Amino acid sequence: MAVLLSAVLAACSAGHTASQVGRVAGEDALVVGTTGAPASLDFTTTGGAAIPQALMANVYEGLVRIDESGEIVPHLATSWEVSEDNTVYTFTLREGVTFSDGTPFDAATAAFSIDYVRDEWTNGLKSQMDVVAAAEAVDARTLRVTLERPSNRWLWSMGTLTGAMMSPTGVDQLATTPVGTGPYEVARFSVGESVSFTTRADYWGQPAHQDAAIRYFADATSAVNALRSGDIDLVWAMQAPELLDTLPEDVTVEVGTTNGEVIVSMNNDRAPFDDVRVRQAVAHAIDRDAVNQVVWEGLATDTGGAPVPPTDPWFTGEDHLPFDPERSRQLLADAAVDHPEITIAVPSLPYAQNISELVYSQLTDVGFEVNLTSVEFPAVWITEVMTLQDYDMSIMAHVEPRDIPALFGNPDYYLGYDNESVRADLLAADTAADPVPDMERAVATIMSEAGALTVFNQPNIVVSSPGVTGINPTVVTDALALAGMEKS
Amino acid sequence: MILRVIARFLVSLFLASVAIFLLLRAIPGDPARVALGVTATDEAVAALAEQLGTNRPLVVQYLEWVGGLLTGDFGVSLASRQDITPLVLDRAQVSLILCGVAMITSLLIAVPLGMWAARRADRPDGVAVSGASQIGIAIPSFLAGILLVTVFAVQLGWVPANGWIPPNEDVGGFLQRLILPVIALTAVQAAILTRYVRSAILEVMDRDFMRTARSTGASISEALWRHGLRNAALPVLTVTGLQLTSLIVGAVVIERVFLIPGLGSMLLDSVARRDLTTVQTIVMLLVVFTLTVNLVVDVAYRLIDPRIRRSA
Repeated sequence: MAVLLSAVLAACSAGHTASQVGRVAGEDALVVGTTGAPASLDFTTTGGAAIPQALMANVYEGLVRIDESGEIVPHLATSWEVSEDNTVYTFTLREGVTFSDGTPFDAATAAFSIDYVRDEWTNGLKSQMDVVAAAEAVDARTLRVTLERPSNRWLWSMGTLTGAMMSPTGVDQLATTPVGTGPYEVARFSVGESVSFTTRADYWGQPAHQDAAIRYFADATSAVNALRSGDIDLVWAMQAPELLDTLPEDVTVEVGTTNGEVIVSMNNDRAPFDDVRVRQAVAHAIDRDAVNQVVWEGLATDTGGAPVPPTDPWFTGEDHLPFDPERSRQLLADAAVDHPEITIAVPSLPYAQNISELVYSQLTDVGFEVNLTSVEFPAVWITEVMTLQDYDMSIMAHVEPRDIPALFGNPDYYLGYDNESVRADLLAADTAADPVPDMERAVATIMSEAGALTVFNQPNIVVSSPGVTGINPTVVTDALALAGMEKS
Repeated sequence: MILRVIARFLVSLFLASVAIFLLLRAIPGDPARVALGVTATDEAVAALAEQLGTNRPLVVQYLEWVGGLLTGDFGVSLASRQDITPLVLDRAQVSLILCGVAMITSLLIAVPLGMWAARRADRPDGVAVSGASQIGIAIPSFLAGILLVTVFAVQLGWVPANGWIPPNEDVGGFLQRLILPVIALTAVQAAILTRYVRSAILEVMDRDFMRTARSTGASISEALWRHGLRNAALPVLTVTGLQLTSLIVGAVVIERVFLIPGLGSMLLDSVARRDLTTVQTIVMLLVVFTLTVNLVVDVAYRLIDPRIRRSA
């Protein structure tokens, strides 16, 4: 045994880079703890929110940026002109921008990035680039993008991961060494543990205050314990509100909204949920406020049942589907379904399991026969619920920004929501000068048919140690921007 | 003789590799789909499966994997697309350090304590040691871990709550973060081993050769040292081997509690991601480790007990 141990100790002093998960960066660096570790750093071939959260705004930047109020503002493009018919965008690009590998950013690299999404990505979000007909460099500072039809969503998406500007010389090692124009470059990626960033002295804009790192935890308790031990400076998206009461006096707690709508899905293609009245019965039977209290101690934001984050321009705050068990029973009676039997496929995620118990009792209360089955997330859930669509009801947080068209505009999606007029409204919203009225109409229709019920908008609870400033807990895009934060 | 042992070892490895490979393919969840998540399109999944090679015949995938293992190439992760060899070796090292230290401290505590409890089996202190070891066995190590974190890291703030620093980077930090998980693992292991040492010594003390030794004028201690320990060592060695393998496999939970980047936490993450290459490689390593420990115990048996050598 002793021989084995000394052999091991000898092996590790022989220069192996064993993963370190104490304080993952120096005392001067800002270390952010959160949950949901990325498996790789390559979002061109891997889905999920973790990779863009770590890399967008920190390593990668787009031609445009989505600001705190959800507006599109210039970034790597200093300005742009749009043709009369809204299909040709001519961007004027910023000068003096370089990638972290030293190559200059110009119209050719921008055109490359757009083509790369269309040709090489396997991430499903590449469809955001489908509307592009051609991207070409007019000269070094001018990029012309031609769309097949006008699209508001396209310009907005250029501020998210699909708009990330990449260098033709920097795409061979995307999984470990992403190359972007942002204020940081990745110093070290430790799979499942952490991503460390160093600031770039040659960044074109205001450089970041200090080096930074994101460290990943399996649960909120260990993240908060690491904050107490001084291993991390801040917990982002803390998932356990019950821990807030136990925190030391000197930490700061801030709560913002996110793009995460937690949706109680009903398989619109399958009985009993192919009947709009049964779906409405579900929506009126669920007390969203009670769900918020149980899961988030009231810190989540009610969206009135609609899949719209409070930061989207078409958020109205109207309560589309108020809690009304009496009406729910009446709807079931009208639909002439006696004690419909349904099974909730509950993904193995803490929030979904908490919600499922409450939903179980509230649906049972109005006359549903409810079964709960636990489904391993992500592997089994994605196969059975999303792909095979072999389910009655499920519970899932959908975190992609502005995802109503993906959720409700595609009848083949697992929700099975199919309404021609909603699709027409979504298309109109995409092409209109002002998308808000069309979006509001689409949302109103979806809600009147109870296509799915959003029980709440997930809060972003941020817990920080003394001395950390510049935190904006409200999440509008897919990024966790580190450069604005400062640790003194 | 030796050839037969080695042949059995190799056949076991082969059967284990086939079983691991096939069982993993039988569980639901397509790696390409899991990687692409909730926004995946069917075309994207097909393209990724092509890139990953998960749509090729199983025989080809199996041969490629085993061929790689034999040449020390553990393969490419389906989740991160990276060569997992250095990562797995790194993680294995962490798990071995943790479990090795825990095993050594367990033995250092259990052997003297078990002897003490055996020699004083009918005295209050011997009964107390025996009772305490029962309690130790009853407490799961993850619970001990959570309690230790709550008291010594959160309440008292004496040591960090979790994490891992490799000894070659900072020995002080390494020890600081090692102490709680080692205590959590040791408490249970030492309790189990103490009971085995105690009963092995008790059994030996009643044997004829001990009485003979005493009759030649040796004290109890002398008789135990000279004749008793070697005989008592056999069952203890068996149990130590079994415990060592269960420790490595069981450290999964402790690694989660203390956020230690060992094989266990890597295994859990990889299962969730359906990173089949990584899962099957880690499980295979654990199998190799277990079979090797058994082999070593087998050999050690022969060294300690000449009777086995002769009968063989």
